[in-house]
This record gives sequence, C-alpha cells and structure tokens, in this order.
Amino acid sequence: MAIFGRLLDRRTKDHIQKSVTQALGTKRSGRSGILDTLLRYIIIALLFISLIILAVLIIDIAIDGFDVLSSRLGSFLSGTLRSRSVDEGIGIQQGLVGSFWIAVFVAVFAFPIGIAAAIYLEEYAPKNRLTKFIELNIRNLAGVPSVVYGLLGLFIFVKGFDVFLLRNFKSLVGGSSLAAAGLTLSILVLPIVIITAQEALKTIPSIIKEGAYGVGATKWQVIRGQVLPYAAPGILTGTLLSMSRAIGEAAPLILLGAVTGRLGLKAGLFDFYQLQERFTAMPIIITNWTQKQGRDIGFGENAAAAIVVLLFFVLLINATAILLRNYFEKKRA
Amino acid sequence: MNGANNMSDVNNMTDVSDLNGTANSMNGEQEHIFYARDLNIYYGDHHAVADVNLDIYSKEITAFIGPSGCGKTSVLRCYNRMNDLIPIAKVEGTLEYKGLNLYGSQIDPVEVRRRIGMVFQKPNPFPKSIYENVAYGPKVCGMSRNRSELDDIVERSLKRAALWDEVKGRLKSSAFGLSGGQQQRLCIARAIAVDPDVLLMDEPCSSLDPIATTRIEELMDGLKNDYTIIIVTHNMQQAARISDKTAFFTTEENAETGMRTGMLIEFDIAEKIFSNPNDERTENYVTGRFG
Repeated sequence: MAIFGRLLDRRTKDHIQKSVTQALGTKRSGRSGILDTLLRYIIIALLFISLIILAVLIIDIAIDGFDVLSSRLGSFLSGTLRSRSVDEGIGIQQGLVGSFWIAVFVAVFAFPIGIAAAIYLEEYAPKNRLTKFIELNIRNLAGVPSVVYGLLGLFIFVKGFDVFLLRNFKSLVGGSSLAAAGLTLSILVLPIVIITAQEALKTIPSIIKEGAYGVGATKWQVIRGQVLPYAAPGILTGTLLSMSRAIGEAAPLILLGAVTGRLGLKAGLFDFYQLQERFTAMPIIITNWTQKQGRDIGFGENAAAAIVVLLFFVLLINATAILLRNYFEKKRA
Repeated sequence: MNGANNMSDVNNMTDVSDLNGTANSMNGEQEHIFYARDLNIYYGDHHAVADVNLDIYSKEITAFIGPSGCGKTSVLRCYNRMNDLIPIAKVEGTLEYKGLNLYGSQIDPVEVRRRIGMVFQKPNPFPKSIYENVAYGPKVCGMSRNRSELDDIVERSLKRAALWDEVKGRLKSSAFGLSGGQQQRLCIARAIAVDPDVLLMDEPCSSLDPIATTRIEELMDGLKNDYTIIIVTHNMQQAARISDKTAFFTTEENAETGMRTGMLIEFDIAEKIFSNPNDERTENYVTGRFG
C-alpha cells in the first residue's frame, strides 16, 4: 500500500513537472515569443527616434542661442523690438508681456467657461441627439486649423461685425489689440479645454457618485464634493497643456495684426492700458526674426535665443501641470 | 418568529391590505413602512420588473432572493429613488413610505435618500480619509453645527458599525487603506451617520470573505433594533440566517416579445420560505434545483 502510494506520488509529480516545463518551454521558443521580443525592440526604437529628434532640435537651438543668452541675458529679456540685429537694446520684453497676457486671458476666459461647459455636458445635459451633435462639433472645432480662428478673431474683434451684440466687441477690445489676441486664443483652446475636462470628469467611478447620492447629497454637492476633486488632476493637466498651446500659436496672431516690426509701446507686465493697444507675442517675434535672418544674420541667433526662452516657459507650465497632477493624485489615494 | 400568522402569499396580501387600507395593517402588532402595489420598472423598452406587491415591515430584516436578472436590485433601488439616476429607468405603480407616495410630484429624492440609506454591492468609500467618509453625509445634510458635534457623530457611527476600535487611531488616513470588510463596515457607518430610518443593502457581502461576511451579518442583527433593513442577497444561507421575512423573485420570458421580466413570486416569513414554501418555483430555488 505504501509503495503504491509512493509510486502514485512520483508519477503525479512527474506529470506536473512535465506539464510545467512544457508550458514554460513553449512560451520561450514559440513563434509568439519571438514576435513579442521583436515588437518590444521596435517600440523602443520608435521611442528613441522621437527622443532623438527632440534632442537634436533642442541642442541645435541652444547652441545657436547660447551666445546671446550667455553674454546679455538681462538686456535680451528687457529689450524691445529693433529694426537691425546690431541695434542696442534689442530684446523680447514686449513679446514676453504679450504672451503673459495671452496666458492670463486663457486662464480667465477659456478655463472657467470650458470647465463649466464640460460639467454641463457630462452631468446635466440630457443624453440625446442634440447633445451628441454638440459634442461632435466640439471635437471637430478642436481640429480646426488655428489660422481659421485667426480669421474669426479678425472679423469679430478687429474688423467688427456690424451685427447686434457683436459690434460692441470691437470698441471693447480696441481693434487689433492684445485683448483681441487673448480672446481669440481663448476661443481657440476652448474646445480642447472642454474635451480634456470632459474626459477627466468621466473617470470618477459611478459607485462613488452613487455613494454620495445615497447619503442624501444633492446633484451639485456630488459634483462639488466628489466629481470635481476626483477629476481635478486630469482637468488641471488638460487646461495647463492647452495654455502652453495658446502661447505657442503664431498664425492667428498674424491675422489679428500682431506687430512684427517696431512696436513703440513698452509697457510693464501689469500695465492694463496695453490690453487695448497694438501688441506682439513670443511666437510672432520668433517667426519674424527667423524670416529676417536672410538679410541680417544676427537675427537668427536672437530668434534661437527667443525660442529657448519660450521653450523654457512652456516646459515650466507643463512641469507645473505634472507636479499638480501628482500632488492631487496622491491626495486622492 | 413573531408575526408568523400575519403572512400568506402575495395574492392574499393584496386582499388584506385592501381591507385595511392604512399604514397599520395586519393584526396591529406590526406596521408596514413600505407599501408597494403593482410596482413596474422599465429600462427604456425593457420591462424589467412586473407587478410587485410587497409590504416591508418596520424594524425587521427583509431579504430579497432570486436568480440573476430577476429584478431584486431594481426593486431595492426604487425604495430610495436611486433608479432616478438612470435616465432611461421608469417606475410605475404605487410605492408608499409611511403612507407617503415616494414617487409623488412633491417628493424630493434627495430628502428620500437621507431617510433611506444605502449600502452597495462593492465597498465604495470616497477617496478621502476615514473621518471624511463618515462626516460627508452629516455635512451635506447640514446636521452638525460645529466640529465637536461632527466628531461625536463620526465616533457614534463608527462604533455602531463595529469599526471604531480598529480605526480610532487613524481617522485621518485614507479609507482605501482598509480591508474590504472594513471598507464595507465604513460604508455602513457612512450610511447610518445621517440617522436614516431604513438601510437598503445591495448584496453587501458579495465581495467579502466568510469572516468579514459573518461580521457584517452580526452587525446587521444588532442594527435591526433601530433600523428597518432590506437586503438583496445571492446567498441563500445568508438570507435564511439573518432575515425575518424573505421575498423570492424570479424571471420569466414573455412569450410574445422574448424579453425577460422579473417578478415577485412569494413573500413570507423566512422560515416558511426556506422550509415549506407555497410556490413550487420557490421550492426549486431554495433547494438548489434551479437558479
């Protein structure tokens, strides 16, 4: 009896061992195994390609702009637009102030309107064809080329439609002005803000909402106390990324009449009167100086330096977005 | 079991309540807190539950049992108007709470949910601290005037849910750090923090291990002195162990449309349902021959 038991034992053990090794063996040598490894290397290679492109761009520009940034960073940041690259005091102060205000406009107009629209669409709107149609159109708007938004801004704010309420916009913003630029770019990023906020609002598990409703919370209490805190990291990332998109746009600003040559105005960061005045912005300066480098070689270096500064601010915003997201996600768990 | 002679099958129940027609029904010993007549639930075109006639009695545990898709959870979610959250859900018929039509036009569903609390199938603590989880209800209901009152409510609720001793040292830490069973007891504490009349429990132990399940069952036994409890369960032993009354639901296919509609087959004291049910379908189900 004991022998038989041991025999059975060993046979069972052998059988198990065999099936285990077989299973492990097939995974390593099989066709799917090779494919798996191959695919992994292809993906890594693709990742490196994009990283290398990025690195080359950044290094190339940093080298071009190094002289300007290292020898006269202070005067470059505080200087103004000049007609020749050798002129004393050439710099990007006006562009920095312009881009700063564009970012402020996006934060003040696009963020609240976009987030409110997203909350309405996700939580309040009836799920019918009209809502679906509106959502589809918002998605389409996010894909419309930025120059088209420039045209929209041109007609509403600069030329001025002689129609009902629209005609007031022109006198309000003062035509081809910084306010017109800020509002146009706010409209430009509004669909992106709505879509990313909507996606973030969708992430809350329905059982958490039900739990809140279950203890007698009103709809707004559920949104305020559960949905928004849960969606905050996603909303923040999306909105801040859309802000960096706004300050990088050049095409709509050209249509709005951004100043490319000499801008007489040199206002401080918080001089509000400049909102109704002619303006320029970082992407405009970069575009313009890059175009000019054929005639005047020094503009190329200045353009590179300006790109480095713009990149610095864009990366700063993106880094803030990531840090805030991590902070809120930690708080959530 | 008291009230053994109160109950009979569903058809008789209708007759009895028609005779009485008041909240104090039967032989006056017990009062029913919920009164449902011809309750029908639709999800869009789908007729999910048909013609439920059911009285729930105060300070008792009523269990809903039946196979999947028989509509027991749908019926449960009518009692605190949770079905309102599903846009396509439609409820027809009479559903009264203490003589008040729950689906009447003047009824505020938010107010209903403050009186009739709910514990869900999966533990669903908020992504906040243990303290904030329990305090959330009293806060949104405006129940406490100051911090120390809120502290009292939180402590009392956690004690009531038999969780206080395990968490009193870490009230500020995340609720997600608790085990599944602890999370579910936290959800019970959260539900009773707003001092409801009724607790609805939708398969509260389905994701818990046997030890955690036992703890919840013991807890429910203590809670029924103060609360009316309705529990949906897939576990027949659980229903037999803890419920005073048991309702058996099942689902039948409509011969014309081919759609499955849930219905209440039998409602009686638990002992009767599990030992000697009137309906053959109930017997088949509780003896494990079907479902």
